Amino acid sequence: MALDGVFREHWGRVLATLVGILGDIELAEDAAAEAFAIAAERWPRDGEPGNPAGWLISTARNRAIDHLRRQRVLAEKTRILARERAAEPEAAVHESATFPDERLELIFTCCHPALALEAQVALTLRTLGGLSTEEIALAFLVPAETMSKRLTRAKHKIRDARIPFAVPPAHQLPDRLAAVLAVVYLVFSHGWGDGRVDLAAEAIQLGRALAGLMPDEGEVLALLALMLLHDARRDARIRDGEIVLLDDQDRALWDDQQISEGRELLQQAITRGETGPYVVQAAIADLHLRQPRDWRQIAALYTTLSAQTGNPVVELNRAIAVAELDGPDAGLAILGGLELDHYRYFHSARAELLRRAGRADEARRAYQRALQLARTDAERRSLTDQLTRLSSG
Amino acid sequence: MQYALLAYGSQRAGDGPVEDAIAEVLARPCVTGWARLHADGSATTVRGGEGRTLLTDGPFIETREYLAGVIVVEAGNLDAALAIARDLQETRTTGAIEVRPILQALFHGA
Repeated sequence: MALDGVFREHWGRVLATLVGILGDIELAEDAAAEAFAIAAERWPRDGEPGNPAGWLISTARNRAIDHLRRQRVLAEKTRILARERAAEPEAAVHESATFPDERLELIFTCCHPALALEAQVALTLRTLGGLSTEEIALAFLVPAETMSKRLTRAKHKIRDARIPFAVPPAHQLPDRLAAVLAVVYLVFSHGWGDGRVDLAAEAIQLGRALAGLMPDEGEVLALLALMLLHDARRDARIRDGEIVLLDDQDRALWDDQQISEGRELLQQAITRGETGPYVVQAAIADLHLRQPRDWRQIAALYTTLSAQTGNPVVELNRAIAVAELDGPDAGLAILGGLELDHYRYFHSARAELLRRAGRADEARRAYQRALQLARTDAERRSLTDQLTRLSSG
Repeated sequence: MQYALLAYGSQRAGDGPVEDAIAEVLARPCVTGWARLHADGSATTVRGGEGRTLLTDGPFIETREYLAGVIVVEAGNLDAALAIARDLQETRTTGAIEVRPILQALFHGA
């Protein structure tokens, strides 16, 4: 039995219910870890229980009660829990307990705007995704100790300031849901940008869980669609460690099943009347997968998205689409008004347009600036390659 | 659970009566106490320790924005406390309100 699989499958669900019962993320995490360790020892010997999540939750809850009793710190809480526990015989709990799925409550807690964005991201990956502190630290290139402190501080703030463990009321839901979706998409784009397939898969898994929990929210479906449509190209995007541009990708390597799933979800979101930024982005991602590319429609959608988000990176993408339609100078005119000097793709896109416009010296300087800002070896190699071709051509 | 709303401002509001919009919030049952502070020029800071303290004239942290008042509210969770802080901040033109959970408190008299 691969406990890793079981672990990944149940961790978020088990932890969320435990946070609901125990009212504290740290306590719930310790108890869940203990229950998974017991499962790792017993299940291979005795077989997997019929209701693994229920078994894990009951076991963790019982361990937490024992722990609290020993500590005698939270005496009142222990009494309440002990009473609950006494009311249900242990065997019955293990066999048939059903617990509410409280993952939504947990994700809204973790993505509360009172927490710094980087803390929201780390906490969501830890609690819902079940990634270890070390794995999260590695993904975001910070020392494990820093990440551990960040997580601890966030958990303590949730406890001390009493950040609610609840799905926000209707009047707050749009803003709060936008924050949750932003965290999930940030995990995805971070993984995607650096070619980290595992992080992108993690974000998709979070997106799937959200879509299952909030099937009527168009933007939730659209975000999942967007991630699936991008990720469908993962195998074609890197060849021998090198980044392959979309036009040069081997389409046989695209995941057709994932593309149809993404398109289906996008359609569902549109049917629900959703026109938010994730619907627009998913629609753009969809258009990029079709040949020949409809640059006019892509540029129009970027105009819509730009008005919705006010994000200069969207303007950068619009400039690329406009350059395809009206030539490099039209694209460069849009880029001229953007303040994105710190952004590596700004310089590589500008370099490409300058090259097409026949302004080789300026193109070279822009490629060099992009090279200074590059984050991965594959990126550096690709840019060096462009520079060499510029010199020889 | 109690929260302290620390109201920072950059304008000297003077010592006139509390504005109606603010008075409305302060009169809510969830507000269990409040204090308006004199301007930060009136502050004296005690620092040091271990038998040797030093007094300085002025606030501990010198900023353009100064702590103008403290409002203590009873709220079920952070969202409820933030909602009150938002209502207050909406009556103001500048400044900011810092929301801090109270660990322990005792208030006598008025």
